[in-house]
Amino acid sequence: MSWFEVLTNAIEQAVGPQAVVYCLAAIGLNIHFGYTGLLNFGQAAFMMVGGYAVGALVQTWGQNLWLSILVGLLAAVVLALILGVPTLRLRADYLAIATIAAAEALRQILGAASLNDQFGGQDGRFGFTEALRDINPIPEGGVDLGIIQFRSYDFFIMLIGWVLVALLCVFIYLLMRSPWGRVLKGIREDEDAVRSLGKNVYSYKMQALVLGGVIGAMAGIMSGLATSNVAPSDFATDTTFFAYTVLLIGGAARVLGPVLGALIFWFFLNGLDLFFGKATSGTDPLIPSAIMDSNQASLMRLIVLGLVLMLIMIYRPQGILGDRRELAIDGR
Amino acid sequence: MGADTMNEKHETAHGGGDVILVADGVTRTFGGLKAVDVDHFEIPRGKITALIGPNGAGKTTFFNLLTGFDKPDEGSWTFNGQSLSGVPPYKVARRGMVRTFQLTKVLSRLTVIENMRLGATGQKGERFLPSVLRFLWQGQEDANTERAMDLLRRFKLDAKKDDFAGSLSGGQRKLLEMARALMVDPELIMLDEPMAGVNPALKQSLLGHVKSLRDEGRTVLFVEHDMDMVRDISDWVVVMAQGKIVSQGTPDAVMSDPAVIDAYLGAHHDAELTFDMESQIEAEAEQEIAAETEENR
Ligand SMILES: Nc1ncnc2c1ncn2[C@@H]1O[C@H](COP(=O)(O)OP(=O)(O)OP(=O)(O)O)[C@@H](O)[C@H]1O
Ligand SMILES: [Mg+2]
Repeated sequence: MSWFEVLTNAIEQAVGPQAVVYCLAAIGLNIHFGYTGLLNFGQAAFMMVGGYAVGALVQTWGQNLWLSILVGLLAAVVLALILGVPTLRLRADYLAIATIAAAEALRQILGAASLNDQFGGQDGRFGFTEALRDINPIPEGGVDLGIIQFRSYDFFIMLIGWVLVALLCVFIYLLMRSPWGRVLKGIREDEDAVRSLGKNVYSYKMQALVLGGVIGAMAGIMSGLATSNVAPSDFATDTTFFAYTVLLIGGAARVLGPVLGALIFWFFLNGLDLFFGKATSGTDPLIPSAIMDSNQASLMRLIVLGLVLMLIMIYRPQGILGDRRELAIDGR
Repeated sequence: MGADTMNEKHETAHGGGDVILVADGVTRTFGGLKAVDVDHFEIPRGKITALIGPNGAGKTTFFNLLTGFDKPDEGSWTFNGQSLSGVPPYKVARRGMVRTFQLTKVLSRLTVIENMRLGATGQKGERFLPSVLRFLWQGQEDANTERAMDLLRRFKLDAKKDDFAGSLSGGQRKLLEMARALMVDPELIMLDEPMAGVNPALKQSLLGHVKSLRDEGRTVLFVEHDMDMVRDISDWVVVMAQGKIVSQGTPDAVMSDPAVIDAYLGAHHDAELTFDMESQIEAEAEQEIAAETEENR
């Protein structure tokens, strides 16, 4: 692999199906955390119910794919209600605890050996995307955009995904410039003040939790469709934290924050991996093996990414698209 | 008059007028401390009532209880004849009883004008799906904005309308919160120390504004330590000390009530007292000094 290929590969990943998945997950979190101030640390749970509803309904129970997608989205609504009803009247930290616990509990249940017949244990569900592959209009040879290439099905998924992202961004833009969005932002700032003005804060928090959760389920469904597989390892706790990273890089409470964040995050996550991989391989590596060998190189991407996140939090805590004026206020 | 003011018949205590809010037997304890222990309390309709008392008397806690932000151990109260016990804060506000907070709660990362607009009630655009269609709510929004600008001008905040509320000074925040509460168009507005930190010149114009609220037909209840303001604008004064109502009456009557002076002196010897009380306390102090010097001879 040449240095040029390292670059083009990273670009392919930056717009690829995985970037779409994390972009969607972060858009959901943006509703929760960015606009409403809800601390949802279990976005993976919403992704899981979406992904597994589709995987299991199609593969285990032989249901129609489109119907299963609808059920997956409804399952996210139910999960949001289950998590929200007991916690949204309480202090913000209760939701954080409930969501992080729910995500891990759900992951253990879906991966359990005793439910192997229904959910496929650690292998999960797979091969449930035929109906989608059947309608794939992209030529079988794939798509060549000059320096970057995509396989046919991947490109189809990306197309669906980015169109979905675009539609959601328009929808969220319209919501957040409206009085409805203003109530959410008010709740983020001080929910008692909003209560004192006659708004049913609990109801608005619930609406936000449901909306962001459904978008999270879309992320999980896209993940399943992209890889034709849903497995417990796709929805580990770090899934949620990657989604938060995407959001914070781009800028919370900005419509396009998650989009920019996803592009940048996946460009660097893969670019750094390929870079350090190449820099430590071969007979005369760029980085001498005395300093770093190729095994160690695979860890470098997370180290560098962690460093980048720290630098962003220190020097640009509002994210790339954030508003500088808001920063001056935070100190008070 | 004097100490037995509070023992007069409730109905006639403030001139026999109509009452907008009546509370009975409201108590609230924090651990062992009885922060609020109010036997009977009422707010005359269409008047300005001051709730005063030393620090820690339970005024803010009583506000919280009446508006549903805190739950009493026992007690009941009605607003416009309807029970408000157990009614959540947002419904209390919708019924026309809106409060401000002693520690201001401006929405920092919203602009001043957005803070104001949030106060308006019955907004069509605050429902989830209709909110996406701007033409459904634009007209209402324009009307609300106009009303908000009128209020901001009155409170000298119109130049700040596009600034983040978090960039306002402490006094300006007080003003914004009061203006925002008025956006709800309340029948009864409850102000917790509205003048704290507001400069004297503006204070004078605000006093006029509070009076004009009464002239518009609203009822005002406010907590304030500034005795000049209390004397200036209130029609009725209720004094709390250690959770209990120790006196009520017209400003002049209350200020000369020994129970009130006791309450203030008992709790805080350095409490800032003005006019009647001040002269009385001075007189008492002089007597004491005179007595002491006599003894020392
Ligand atoms: N959340 C709480 N937990 C424990 N004690 C409390 C709480 N809130 C108030 N108190 C106590 O209740 C008493 C009344 O407090 P409150 O804030 O109502 O007084 P206040 O009359 O508003 O005083 P100030 O004029 O200083 O604002 C105080 O002794 C206070 O310590
Ligand atoms: Mg107080």
